[in-house]
Amino acid sequence: MNMGSFTQQFLQQIINGLSLGSIYSLIALGYTMIYGIIKLINFAHGDIYMLGAFIGFVATTKFQMSFLPALILAMVGAGLAGIIIERIAYRPMRNAPRIAVLITAIGVSFFLEYTMILIATPQPRTFPAVFSPTVYHFAGLVVNNQQILILVSALLLMAGLTYIVNHTKAGQAMRAVSFDPDAARLMGINIDRIISMTFALGSALAAAAGVLVGIYYNSIDPLMGTMPGLKAFIAAVVGGIGILPGAMMGGLIMGLVEAMVSGFFSSTFRDAAAFAILIIILLYKPSGLLGKNVKEKV
Amino acid sequence: MNNLKKQDLKILCVCGVIFAIFQVLLYFEFIDPYWEANIILILINIILSVSLNLINGYTGQFSIGHAGFMAVGAYVGAIMTVKLELPFVVSLLAGTVSAGFLGFLIGIPTLRLNGDYLAIATLGLGEIIRICILNIEYVGGASGFMGIPRITNFPWAFWIAIFIIFFIKNFKNSSAGRACLAIRENEIAAETMGIDTTKYKILAFTIGAGFAGTAGCLFSHYYYIAHPASFTFMRSFDILTMVVLGGLGSMSGAITGAIVLTGISAVLADYPEWRMVIYSVTLIVLMLNRPQGIFGSKELSRKMFKFGKLGGKIHGGTAES
Repeated sequence: MNMGSFTQQFLQQIINGLSLGSIYSLIALGYTMIYGIIKLINFAHGDIYMLGAFIGFVATTKFQMSFLPALILAMVGAGLAGIIIERIAYRPMRNAPRIAVLITAIGVSFFLEYTMILIATPQPRTFPAVFSPTVYHFAGLVVNNQQILILVSALLLMAGLTYIVNHTKAGQAMRAVSFDPDAARLMGINIDRIISMTFALGSALAAAAGVLVGIYYNSIDPLMGTMPGLKAFIAAVVGGIGILPGAMMGGLIMGLVEAMVSGFFSSTFRDAAAFAILIIILLYKPSGLLGKNVKEKV
Repeated sequence: MNNLKKQDLKILCVCGVIFAIFQVLLYFEFIDPYWEANIILILINIILSVSLNLINGYTGQFSIGHAGFMAVGAYVGAIMTVKLELPFVVSLLAGTVSAGFLGFLIGIPTLRLNGDYLAIATLGLGEIIRICILNIEYVGGASGFMGIPRITNFPWAFWIAIFIIFFIKNFKNSSAGRACLAIRENEIAAETMGIDTTKYKILAFTIGAGFAGTAGCLFSHYYYIAHPASFTFMRSFDILTMVVLGGLGSMSGAITGAIVLTGISAVLADYPEWRMVIYSVTLIVLMLNRPQGIFGSKELSRKMFKFGKLGGKIHGGTAES
C-alpha cells in the first residue's frame, strides 16, 4: 500500500466513522441525560432505538410516509414509550436500591426485545430505501447521500437538544434537577414531569437514530439495539456521563475508532476495541474526557 | 465456634439427604432427562450466583463480567480434557485457577473504580475476553470448541456446589470476609480502620472469578461444547439478576434466585415465543414489589420463621454507595 492510497483509505474511514459515530452520539445523548437525572444506566435505551426503527419501518412501508413524517412519527412514538416505561417501571422504584432499578431496566429491555420478536418475528426486515442512493465521488473518496443525511439530521437534532437544554425554561429545570433534585424540588420544580420529559427527549433521539440506521444499513431486527445501546453507553461514559457535549464527542470517537479498526485490522475486533477504549479512559480519567473530577467527601 | 461447627455438620447432613433423595429419583427415572439437565443447570447457576454474591453482595463491588470468567473456565477445562487428555479433576482445578488468575490480573487495575464505572468496566472486560476467544482458532473460534466429553453429572455438580457454598460461607465468617463486609458498608471508614481495601477487594474478586471458572468448566463438560455465544454479557446479566432477585448479600438469596429463575425458564420452555416475555414481566413485577430481593440481605434461618417475616430492609451500602 503506498502512501497516497493509505491517506485515501484513512479519509474514507473517517467519513464512515463520522456517520456511524453520529448515530452513537444520538443514542448516547439519551443515556447521558437519563443517567444525569436519575443516575440509572437505562439498559432499555438500546431497545427504544430498536422500537424507533420499527415505527419508522411501519410508517414507511404500511403508510407510505416519506422520510420526514416517518422520522417524526418514530420520535413521537418512542418518546411516548419512554414516558410510559419510566412511569410504570422506574418511578415506583425511585427510592429503591439502585441495583434493583438496574435489574428492572434489564427486565424492561428483555420485555421490549422479546415482545417485538413475538410481534415481528426475529427475522431481519429490509428497511425500504426512502432515498434513491446517490454516490458522490470526491477526490477519490466515496460519499453517499445517506451518510450526508445521517450527519446532517444528527447535527440538527443535537443542535435542537442543546437549544432546549440551554435556552428554555424546561431545559433549565432539567439542569437543575440533575444538579440537585432536592433543591430543585424546593424551588418548585415538578421533578416527576421533568424526568418524564427527559425520558421523552432521550427516547425521541434514540428513535431518530434507529430510523437513520434503518436507512443506512437497510436492515432492522428486534435485537439490533443491544450492541449499539451498549456502545452508546460506553460513548457516554467516555465523554463524561451526564455531560451533553461529552456524549456527542464520545459517540463520534466510538464511531471513528470502530471504522478504523474494521478498515485497517479486522471487523471481528471492532467491539473489543470499543471496550478497550472504555477501560483505558476509565483507568486514566474515570470521570470521562470532559468530566470534572469530583472529590469524595467523608 | 463449636456451635457453628455443629450447625455446619447438620446442614451437611441435610445436604446428604437431599443428595440421596435426588440420586434415588434420578436412578429410578422419576425425574426425566429434561429436568435432570435443568437440575444440573440450576446447580451450575447456583455456583455462579453464589460466587457473584461474594463480589457484589458481600464486598459491594458491582461486577457484571462474570460470563467472561465462566468462559475462561469452560475453555481452559475443555483444553485440559480434550487436547491434553488429563483427568476431569485437573481440568476443574485448571479452569478455576486460570479464571481466578485472570480475575486477579483484571482486578488490580479495575477495582480502583467504583459503582457504575466498575460495572461497565467489568462488563467490557467480560466482552473482551469473549471476543478474544472468538478469534483463537486453537479453541474453535466462532464455531465453538466441540467434542468435549460429558463428564459433569449430578453428583459432580451437587458436591462442587456444596463445597463452594461452604467455602464462601466460611470465607464470609473469616477475618478477610469481615474486612470485605466492612468495605461494602463504608470503604473510607474501612480504610481508616486499617483495612487494606485493595487487597481484600482483589481477594474477593479473585475467588469469585475462580469459582465462575469452575462453573464454566462444569458447564462445558455437560453440554459437549463451549461456544462464545454462551458467554455474552446477557449471561452476566442473568447471573446478576439471580443474585439481586434473591437478595444481594444473602447466600440463601443467591441460591433461591438461581433456583427460581432457572426454574421459571425451564417451565416456560414449552412456550418458546412467550418464554422471555413472561420471564421479563415476572422479573419487573418481582423487582417492583420487592426491590431488596426475596431475602433482603438476611439468611434463611429458623428465626425468620419464628417472626414470620421474610427479609427486611437492605443494608445501606450494598454494591453502590
